[in-house]
Amino acid sequence: MDVLFGNLSEYLTRFGGTIGLFVLSAIASLILGVILAAMRVSPVPAMRAVGTGYVTLLRNTPLTLVLFFFALGFTKLFFYLPFFLLAVIGLSLYTAAFVCEVVRGGISTVPAGQSEAARALGLGFSQTLSLVVLPQAVRSVMPPLTSVQIALLKNTTVAAGFSVFEAGGFYRAVNEQGGSTLVALLWVAVGFIILVIPLTVLQRRLEKRWSVAR
Amino acid sequence: MADQTPAPSGPSSGTPMVRMTGVNKHFGDLHVLRDIDLEVARGEVVVVLGPSGSGKSTLCRAINRLEPVDGGTVEIDGTPLPAEGRDLAKLRSDVGMVFQQFNLFAHMTILDNVTLAPTRVRGKSKSEAQERARTLLDRVGIGNQSDKYPAQLSGGQQQRVAIARALAMEPKVMLFDEPTSALDPEMVGEVVEVMSGLAKDGMTMVVVTHEMGFARRTAHRVVFMADGEIVEDTTPDSFFSRPATERARDFLGKILTH
Repeated sequence: MDVLFGNLSEYLTRFGGTIGLFVLSAIASLILGVILAAMRVSPVPAMRAVGTGYVTLLRNTPLTLVLFFFALGFTKLFFYLPFFLLAVIGLSLYTAAFVCEVVRGGISTVPAGQSEAARALGLGFSQTLSLVVLPQAVRSVMPPLTSVQIALLKNTTVAAGFSVFEAGGFYRAVNEQGGSTLVALLWVAVGFIILVIPLTVLQRRLEKRWSVAR
Repeated sequence: MADQTPAPSGPSSGTPMVRMTGVNKHFGDLHVLRDIDLEVARGEVVVVLGPSGSGKSTLCRAINRLEPVDGGTVEIDGTPLPAEGRDLAKLRSDVGMVFQQFNLFAHMTILDNVTLAPTRVRGKSKSEAQERARTLLDRVGIGNQSDKYPAQLSGGQQQRVAIARALAMEPKVMLFDEPTSALDPEMVGEVVEVMSGLAKDGMTMVVVTHEMGFARRTAHRVVFMADGEIVEDTTPDSFFSRPATERARDFLGKILTH
């Protein structure tokens, strides 16, 4: 308990950093992931190719490498950004590839007749997707999408390696003051479990709300 | 339609509402549409008959390009169907379609199903679209169910909603792709009745069906397909009493003897 209460403000601010990284990356990856999924089911071959290329590249690259690129390469190649923002960009781009695949899977659970009926009424591609297909895909997408977002939450610790102030670095701070690294890590694990619980509750709520009877 | 001056039922001369010229379509090695030439006049009711696998559903779906064709042209009211995109969507909005599986939007109420396209495609106000939707739903006998979801209705009711949904766009022509084939027998009548009413009001219709009663009573023309070809194109009376080809006689023999 001393490890926790002796370093409580450090612990809380670091988890604040984790939550900040997570919330921003979650929002950005959801938006980008849905756009990528739309590209992958679009009738335009070039769009499909870009979407497929993106997913192949980002999903198959280790997150550490993606973050390395942004932490070291980005500032050199383009312009200066704080590490925190670079970590958000890296995490978002990486997670978006997984969101895309989950959403695309959800789209394929919606019967083809639904989009045919929409197109036959004169709705365009984006209207068909946003008004008819995606609302019905949401339910089946919720469980895997939550898993992707939980993975993102835990992946934020990778950013600790790039001097971003977040929970993954808590043990080092404790260690510097002579505290037990092991206990510090256990408290970090507890913190993550506490953060994941509301995500799971949210998932169940949304699943119920967006249930579609057939 | 109910609020139009009742047009004299029957085909009229002038630009055909639907014209298919030299249409071909393959599914892999299977040649499902072979050199299809078909004209449907304004106000005409054409029933497409044929054994399963004859290409009649594909023909129906090719008319609004839900099924892209490999060759030939399809024209709606004198305008050739454009490639996928905004123009095609616009043309499709003038062509109503009713599917075998109803395909009502499962996540929307009946009323929202009927008002979606008029508001989103035609830009009608919500209140205007709802008023029109209620009129149409009353007309197909679903007026008191408009707040329910599709899964809460019977198949026959869902199909009547689907017809109302298509009519809400005030289409120039209606396509029916086996509209009664997925229905329990006792529900076929209510759907056929709505279709007959439409025909009487002068709607241009292309109907793929196995309802021989509807074909006999309501169609102006019967098109008989086999193996991707139009084999006979004649009046219902002559088709049912004097089929000209062996294949048509064989088909009629199979469906009329039991």
